[in-house]
Amino acid sequence: MNETTRQRRVDRAFRILTASCALVVIVLMGGILFELLRNSGMSMKEFGFGFLTSDAWNPGAGEFGAASSIFGTVVSTAIAMLLAVPLSLIIAIYLVEVAHPRVSKIVGGGIELLAAVPSIIYGMWGLFVFAALMQEHVQPWLGRWFGFLPLFQGPPMGIGMLTAGLILTLMVLPFITAVTRDVLQMVPPVLKESAHGVGATMWEATRHIALKYGRRGIVGAVFLGFGRALGETMAVTFVIGNSHRISSSLFDAGNTIASSLANEFNEASEPIYLSSLFELALVLFGLTLLFQTLAHFWVSRMQRQEAGSR
Amino acid sequence: MNRAGSAEEARSLPSKVSVRNLNFYYGGQQALFDNNIDIPEKRVTAIIGPSGCGKSTHIRVYNRIYELYRTHRAEGQVVIDGKNILLPSVDLIDLRKRVGMIFQRPTPFPMTIFDNIAYGLKLHYRVGRTELSDRVEDALKRGALWDEVKDKLGEPANALSGGQQQRLCIARAIATEPELILMDEPCSAIDPVATAKIEDLIQTLRDNYTVVLVTHNMQQAARVSDFTAFFYKGYIIEFGATKQIFTNPAERETEDYITGRFG
Amino acid sequence: MRLRSRTQRKVADRAARVVMVPAALAGIAVLAWILWEVISRGAGALNLDFFTQLPTPPGMEGGGLANAILGTLLMTVLATVIGTPVGLMAGIYLAEFGTTSRLATAVRFTTNLLMGTPSIIVGIFVYALIVLRTGHFSGWAGGVALAILMLPVVLRTTEDMLNLVPDELRESALALGAPRWRATLTVVFRAAKTGLVTGILLAVARVSGETAPLLFTALNSFYWPETISEPTANLTVTIFNYAMSPYADWQQKAWGASLLITVGILIVTVLSRFTLRDRKSRTWSR
Repeated sequence: MNETTRQRRVDRAFRILTASCALVVIVLMGGILFELLRNSGMSMKEFGFGFLTSDAWNPGAGEFGAASSIFGTVVSTAIAMLLAVPLSLIIAIYLVEVAHPRVSKIVGGGIELLAAVPSIIYGMWGLFVFAALMQEHVQPWLGRWFGFLPLFQGPPMGIGMLTAGLILTLMVLPFITAVTRDVLQMVPPVLKESAHGVGATMWEATRHIALKYGRRGIVGAVFLGFGRALGETMAVTFVIGNSHRISSSLFDAGNTIASSLANEFNEASEPIYLSSLFELALVLFGLTLLFQTLAHFWVSRMQRQEAGSR
Repeated sequence: MNRAGSAEEARSLPSKVSVRNLNFYYGGQQALFDNNIDIPEKRVTAIIGPSGCGKSTHIRVYNRIYELYRTHRAEGQVVIDGKNILLPSVDLIDLRKRVGMIFQRPTPFPMTIFDNIAYGLKLHYRVGRTELSDRVEDALKRGALWDEVKDKLGEPANALSGGQQQRLCIARAIATEPELILMDEPCSAIDPVATAKIEDLIQTLRDNYTVVLVTHNMQQAARVSDFTAFFYKGYIIEFGATKQIFTNPAERETEDYITGRFG
Repeated sequence: MRLRSRTQRKVADRAARVVMVPAALAGIAVLAWILWEVISRGAGALNLDFFTQLPTPPGMEGGGLANAILGTLLMTVLATVIGTPVGLMAGIYLAEFGTTSRLATAVRFTTNLLMGTPSIIVGIFVYALIVLRTGHFSGWAGGVALAILMLPVVLRTTEDMLNLVPDELRESALALGAPRWRATLTVVFRAAKTGLVTGILLAVARVSGETAPLLFTALNSFYWPETISEPTANLTVTIFNYAMSPYADWQQKAWGASLLITVGILIVTVLSRFTLRDRKSRTWSR
């Protein structure tokens, strides 16, 4: 066997090796789906679609339903996105368009660090520091002025849905901000100049031109933040109060899919209990897959529109 | 048709812009030195000179676009229509509405052709639907682009070719009725055929607007301009009728540049 | 056609600028606040015992979290050893071989999905895969869960960094007669070295602060991790358990562990950002 054929074989082997490593990712994703489906089989058979709509959760009686967990996941994520998205955009615009470069560097660096802090630290801070602040000041104040709304009724307990939503806000905020800042920095200066050249103010140039130019990246960032909020576990588990119920008041304790899993998975002694938790995990997995796929196709459609028109 | 002005005409024409003792700094580095020039109204004035000589820097003072950058600083007087626009009290929105600018690369906004033209109008005016589309049509006609785009106004502007995009930008600038149009090497990123179209367009603009054209292409300056200023190392070496600058320059540096001895 | 009110437009602009400052300040203030609480509450817990002793039984003062520190290190190393090579190789495939093939497109898409999969789901997957099958919690399972979380991060950075290497470099190595694998592993890899190392470091930093994937895999333990086939102590789950306990001493230890984790991760993050930034600017100026 001569040297070149040998080399060609080694090359081929190397190529196959790298390809199979790449394949691992797909196998893993398939594996996750398979294991979750397999282990939630018992619960599916027992409860059917009613699992998704029932808010019963009585491990003693063997009754399980995902509704309260799904409700909590949706509400806490909604609070987080409602607050974090506008705030992130504002901070990113400030960093790129308004702030002195030195200020921008320091604040921007700080926000990147905030994104690197692990979620359990947010949980610690949320439980021991932030929840107390909520209980003593924020919730009584909200109750006094907005107590006529069902959202802000009940005793201020510190922990609960609102606190969880706010902690989630703090967690996704740096993330969306950092990506949006990068996107805004990619806008060609000459494009900004021509917006100012026709007489736009900074605010107009940013809103009409820069945000529009970078909308693909920003939409991507928002969806990523959304996915994080949806599946965030530790920070929420610390402060949400962990109770399986649907309440109209944001002051009340609640739970999310992820927090139920974190709290109960190791305690589940009955097979049906465990299987229900697996199905809960499947629901969360399905939700994140669904939204990520939607985001992927939305963003790539925007990309096609832009590229196809070039 | 040679429209090139004469030296006498330069002195007799009313000036749109009068620059007095203009100095410009990029941080600590001075880029313009004591510039003095009177840009004649409703004429095309070309600014030529080797790269890095301050041509673009000079016209970027006229609409104060340089202020987007913290370290850039101008000193002196730039009087447009009797008002020194470098004074802090000057309304930048108004200034930039009156002074349009075209850049080296076409800069279509990420929106449709129609919205690109309408953008400036909608910024400055409350305008009804029908009047808006009349205005857009008018601007596109004056930008010599109407016939090519009238059937695809709703398409994204970056679908156009580079030359069309640049004419779109000119039409966008015209739409808000500026009196002065600054062009910063508008043909440097565009092929020769498209360049010829833009040069024709500049010729027609002269009737209604004062045009200042920065170019590194001396033939272009000779073809389209009435007056020419020669910049070198941040100084205005010579300013006069284009014909005179190109046939009988007064200064040694101008002659060297025009005959291709440097630059 | 009426002129729009210029005052209105300017007021809007000014208002926007004015609102931005407190928003940005609030962001920074929260970071400072979180860091301050972690430092001030955690510093008191850190002493020699914290790094050298085993935990004491509930309610008893003293002791340390040496076993958890060791366990976290062990599982992070395990995750790195498993996750990094696979991620690197897969990244090579995407950047050098697959590029636009159907497999590469599918892998890229799936990688994004995996990156966005909540870490607790990965923990449950590994529970089903390993813990249920072997019948017990183990450091192995914890390491594997962390490795799965590392994989997509390493993969993505590898592809990005290899794409930054100019094609001329590849071509000149191949033109000298180097086989593809050799050109990749020596020339291309070397050119992308800084970027790769930083990317891996960032992935390690991220994974070392994870809690959710360890809850049902490594679990936790009060003892030294003598073998990796049994429940293994680690800092993050310890923080969770101790924080939820009624004992002041445990809660303080939880803060100590929080400080340790935060400082470690922030140091790695800051260092890698600096080198990455350097590298980026160098690549661009070239």
